[in-house]
Formats: sequence, C-alpha cells, structure tokens
Amino acid sequence: MTLKTSLTFPGPPARPGGTPDFSGLHLAEAETFGVPPLDVAATGCADHANGLIRVLNDAGEAVGPWAEYLGEGQADALLQGLRDMMTSRLLDQRMMNAQRQGKTSFYLQLTGEEAIGCAVQRQLRKSDMNFPTYRQQNLLISAGYPLEPLLGQLYSNAFDPLEGRQLPIMHSARDYGFFSISGNLGTQFVQAVGWAMANALTGGDDIAVGWIGDGATASNDFHTALLSASVYNPPVLLNVVNNQWAISTYTGVAQGRGHSYAARALGYGVPALRVDGNDYLAVTAVTRWATERARAGHGPVLVEWVTYRAAAHSSSDDPSAYRPRDEAAAWPLGDPIERLKAHLIARGDWSEERHAQAEAEILSEIREVQKKVEAAGTQVEPQDMSARGILEGVYAEMPEHLRRQRQEMGV
Amino acid sequence: MAGMTMIEALRSAMDVMLETDPGVVVFGEDVGYFGGVFRCTAGLQKTYGEPRVFDTPINESAIVGLAVGMAAQGMKPCVEMQFADYVFPAYDQITQEAARLRHRSNQQFSCPMVIRMPTGGGIFGGQTHSQSPEALFTHVAGLKVVQPCNPYDAKGLLIASIEDPDPVIFLEPKRLYNGPFSGDHTAVSQGWKSHELGEVPDGHYAVPLGKARIHREGSAVTVLAYGTMVFVAEAAAKATGIDAEIVDLRSLLPLDLETIEASVRKTGRCVVLHEATKTSGFAGELIAVVQEACFYHLEAPILRVTGWDAPYPHAQEWSYFPGPERVARALETALED
Ligand SMILES: Cc1ncc(C[n+]2csc(CCOP(=O)(O)OP(=O)(O)O)c2C)c(N)n1
Repeated sequence: MTLKTSLTFPGPPARPGGTPDFSGLHLAEAETFGVPPLDVAATGCADHANGLIRVLNDAGEAVGPWAEYLGEGQADALLQGLRDMMTSRLLDQRMMNAQRQGKTSFYLQLTGEEAIGCAVQRQLRKSDMNFPTYRQQNLLISAGYPLEPLLGQLYSNAFDPLEGRQLPIMHSARDYGFFSISGNLGTQFVQAVGWAMANALTGGDDIAVGWIGDGATASNDFHTALLSASVYNPPVLLNVVNNQWAISTYTGVAQGRGHSYAARALGYGVPALRVDGNDYLAVTAVTRWATERARAGHGPVLVEWVTYRAAAHSSSDDPSAYRPRDEAAAWPLGDPIERLKAHLIARGDWSEERHAQAEAEILSEIREVQKKVEAAGTQVEPQDMSARGILEGVYAEMPEHLRRQRQEMGV
Repeated sequence: MAGMTMIEALRSAMDVMLETDPGVVVFGEDVGYFGGVFRCTAGLQKTYGEPRVFDTPINESAIVGLAVGMAAQGMKPCVEMQFADYVFPAYDQITQEAARLRHRSNQQFSCPMVIRMPTGGGIFGGQTHSQSPEALFTHVAGLKVVQPCNPYDAKGLLIASIEDPDPVIFLEPKRLYNGPFSGDHTAVSQGWKSHELGEVPDGHYAVPLGKARIHREGSAVTVLAYGTMVFVAEAAAKATGIDAEIVDLRSLLPLDLETIEASVRKTGRCVVLHEATKTSGFAGELIAVVQEACFYHLEAPILRVTGWDAPYPHAQEWSYFPGPERVARALETALED
C-alpha cells in the first residue's frame, strides 16, 4: 500500500446557484445550557463554548435557565432594544442608498447582526470602553450617540467630528465608550486587553470590550489578546462576531479544524461561551453575566456570537458572486428584529400597528437629520473642507518641520 | 552628581518616573524579576512591586498592543524590546496604531508611551542583535525617535520621553551602555564613571526632545551623527586634526533643523554618519534637509558614511561598523574642494 500526503482547502457547502446548507453549524436547543457561576474556570464551560446558548426558542418564547437569569418585567428595556435595532437597520438602508447616489464614498452595513452590538451596549456603563470593528456602528446608536456626528462622519463634512481624517464608517467617540477604529483588522483586540489592564491598575471597575470578526480571528492579535488576557486576568469581554463570511472567504478558512471560535479560548484558559447572536435576549443575558463576572474581578471571558451577515460585506462588495442568493433566508437563526418583535407581540407588549408606527417615526427622524447633515456637503455637492487639519493633531504640539509644511501648503 | 553608566542612568530615569507618576508602568521580556537582559530595569520591580514593573510573554506585538490600550486609557507605559532587531512583530501596532491614534481620533485618544530598544552593533551580536532600524520609524508621522549617546542625555531624554504626550521610540546604543567608544575596538573600554558625560544628577531633570547638542565645536566641516557614531566622529577628528564640528542629533524626529542649518552655514561642509545600511537610510534625509536649506552655503558635496547594504555580519563586524578611518577619509574628501 502506498501512503499519500494531501491537503484540504475548506470551502462553503454551497456556492452561487447551489442550495444553501447550514447543517454543519453546531446548533442546539434553547434550554440546554445553564448559567455558570461567575467564577467559572475555562474547564467548567466546555459545553458552553461548544454549544449554543439561546433564550428565544423557535416559537418566540423566552425559555430555559438564561431566561430565568434575565428575570421578568423588562418590557421597556426590550422595547428600547427593538427601537435601537430598528434605527440601526433603517440607517443602514438610508445610508446604503446615499452611497448608491454617490453622496458618500463608502458604507458598510450590519444588517442581520443588529442584536449583538445593540444588546451588548445596553449592558455597559458609560465609562466602559468598546474596541469595535467597522461593523459595530450600532454600539453608538444604543449608547445614545447623536445622529448628527454619526452621519457627519459618513459624509466627511463639517459635522464630522474627525474632520475627514478617517473613512466614513471609522467612527471614534470616546465619551460614548467607542474607541477609534483602525483599518487594520485585529489590532484593537489586544489593545482592549491593555485598556482593561490599565483600568484594573488604576483601581476602577470599568471594563473593556474587544470586538473581532470571525475572519480576523486568524490574525496574530487575536492570539496575543487571548494570551495576554489569560496571563494577566484583566476585566475584559472579548467578542467574536461569527457572521459566516470574511468578505468572500468562508468562515472555515479562519476556523480550520477548530470546532468553534469560543472553544479556542479554552486552550488559553479563558472561559468562553457560544451564543445565538440573533437572539436579543440571549445576547443581553450573556453580556450581563460576563460584565458582572468581570466587574467582580473574575477576569476575561470570550463570547462567540453566531450570526449571519445578511448584507454585502460593504458597498464595494457583491455577495451574489460567491454565495447563494437565498442563503440569508435559509439562515436557521432567523432575523434578530423579527424575532424580538414576535416575542414582544406574543407577550402582549407590542403590535404590528405600533411597529409600523415606530418605523415611520424613526425613519422621519433619520430623514430630518440626514437633510440637515447633507446640507453641509456630500460627495456629489462637496463643500470645501480646510486642509489645515491634516497637519494638526499629528503630535500634541506641532514640531518645526510640520510648521514649515503647513506654510508650504499655504493654509 | 554621581558617575553612572548609561544603563544606570536609564534605570535612574525609570526609577524617578515610577516614583513621581503612578501612571508609569514598565514591562517587557525579562524586565521584572530579573531586571532585563541588559539589567536596565534591575531592582525596579523590587521597589515598585509587580503591577508597576512586570514580565511579559515573548510577544512584541502584545507588549506594544497592550501598551497602546493602556496609554489610550491614560497611563504611561515604558516598555522594552529586548533588542531593536525584535521590534518587527510589533511594527504594525507601533506604526499604524500608536503613531496615528491621536490624529485619527482628532485628539480624542492619544498614546503617551515609550518603546525602549537596544540598538546598533559593536558587541559581536550577529545579524539579529546589531541592527539600527531608526529610518523605519523616522518615516512614520506621529512617532518621535530619540537616541542618546551618553548617560546624562540618556536619563534626561528618557524622562522627557516618558513625560511626552506622544509615542516615542527610544533607541539605546548598546555599544555605549557601559562606556564611551574610543574608536579603537581592541582597546579596553574606559567606562562612563570617570567620563564628564557620566556625571548624572540623581533626581528629576529633562533633556528636551527635538534639540541637538554640539558635541565638539569646530569650523571646518559639520559632522551630523548620533549614538555611537558621535564618538567615532570624535576619534576621526582627533586622528586627522581636522577642526570638525560634531553635532549629536539626539532626536531624529523631530529634528533640530535650526542647529543643523546653523552649523552647516558656518562650516559650509557636511558629513553624515550612521551605522545603519546606506540605501534609504536616515543619512539620505539629513542630506536632503541640509541641501534644501543650506545649498548656497555649501562648498563641497555632502558625504555620508554608513553601514554597508548587507545584513550585519558576525565575524566581520568591525569591517561593517563604520569606523574612524572611513570617517577620516570622508572628512578629508569634504575638505578637498
Ligand atoms: C490586516 C488586514 N488585512 C486585510 C484587510 C482587508 N479586509 C477588510 S475586511 C476583511 C474581512 C474581515 O472579515 P471578518 O473579520 O470576518 O469581519 P466581517 O467583515 O465579517 O465583519 C478584510 C480581509 C484589513 N482591513 N486588515
């Protein structure tokens, strides 16, 4: 017998024209997983890291231990969550249109992933700090960040708090717990650990919240962050948003032969959980647990949020070139807005009429702000932006060579 | 005024800053319990305890990435790369994150941190313990780049760097850690303690960033140098009897344009000197600066003496290291016209 070596090249179960197939996903029943003690060790949550924590079952009911952990009587909070998610999605639609009209150079939607950022943010304090990727714009929405600077950044005009220095979606809002976004994937993950260490060193009980996409877990910084969090045990919540795709690259290319992204943390001794990211209640419950744990001094947690990127990667991307057209519809965990809406209606706290009315309200609010912000200039009708700012803020104080360059620039 | 080696002076700077500013933390590979492979941080963990001075995994990218997060939160990390040669895994965090954070966030966040690293050759370190990567950092807007050549400046510049609101790359010429360089690599080092530049005040003082120092006054030709090369230039001037003015740059970014321009206008001639490889090295930048500002004062072409465009060799180290003879030839050539 001759032995032969060989390679494998992971690919998705279906390409354009094929039948969507999510049978490879490790889903589980809602009730399966208990709420671990706050001081659980990595060895105590192997099931949580390999399973899937859910609260809403397929019938829209809140069931199981995590539902009990959340408790009753939070209709207001859930209605707020629904509103946050609706705002996020409507903004995506409006801004995608604006990009197609040429008013802004670039836009990036988070359609289908609304529950994650919206629910996590509502469990944080104002003084906690997110280290987001470009796909967590809704952290700002849930933090109550005004729409004027948010849209100003997208239009790079006088409303832009960053004065045109960054790409449209690369927000920065220190006062809203939103760290400056880098275009280099992964770098923020280890920075979040550093920020958390500094919080612990300076005696506060604020926490840092790191964010990374499934594709970017392949980067060095994912591993440096996990190792550092494991070594120093700081108050950090490390989030992996597993939305199945990294542009056109199938999630399995980053995952290799690993079972789940959450399970990866266990090898570092960091407790981890895998959660239905399209379930607003599950995201809320697990974040509440993880933040409580971190504030009580029990250290880091990694959470893998299982979700699906329903929209294109960005305004420059065409997903029909690499995945089946109807894949989003076949996604087994549904749509986060529809699921929370159905739950609230079933509870008697919401109705189709109120939903339609809320949608109209939010839309008119966005329209109004959009009009106001667009008046300060769009790509189609640009208004001059001074180049003076380019050389400012490179250093705290402007050195001589930059002073000379500013003179040369003539501004 | 105690006589200190450069290592002791650097340690003293960190000691002063750890004592006066609770936001200062010192960390890196082996820097905690052991005090660093060059012993720069020896004793600091004993004095200030583990949260202030600690060991890290061997992961340069993590060291800098953590420091970026800490600095953005308001602390002042002073971290060590064991050798400048090992900074490259952290290059992304330094150049794309630390350097830009202030600008890209429009001042919402900043990165007051220092990255110390032993640099340069002359200690038989082979290719991965001898490099001078300064040009890779001076090309990055938002960084400051500093290199002292004596204990007094080392302490004062390190204190200024830790107090600086922006990220500073702090290059330490390891050939000078324990004494100045006479220019003769076979000679026994005299040590810093008896040297005038080894006189180092005990407490707090700062040497401002961005200011050069006239190491030796002269009128015939200006030599622009930094680190060990300041002493190589001195040896060459002594050997040739040429009345060279040696400018120790101290800060490469920002550069002290006024001092450089004043010196070259005075002498009308200029030789630039560094250990790093020649092509696209920092000498190119210095020559351009001088040429732009002093062209009508120049009486000869500007010359450069640098390391060769090859990886740093182990056994032939002293053929690679730009020595006094090569500098002497350049000085003579500069004076020919
Ligand atoms: C270091 C780095 N390499 C490559 C890129 C280009 N890039 C931008 S987004 C992206 C895919 C990221 O996928 P994932 O991490 O899964 O996040 P998602 O976009 O799905 O939210 C790539 C490769 C980059 N920004 N940074």
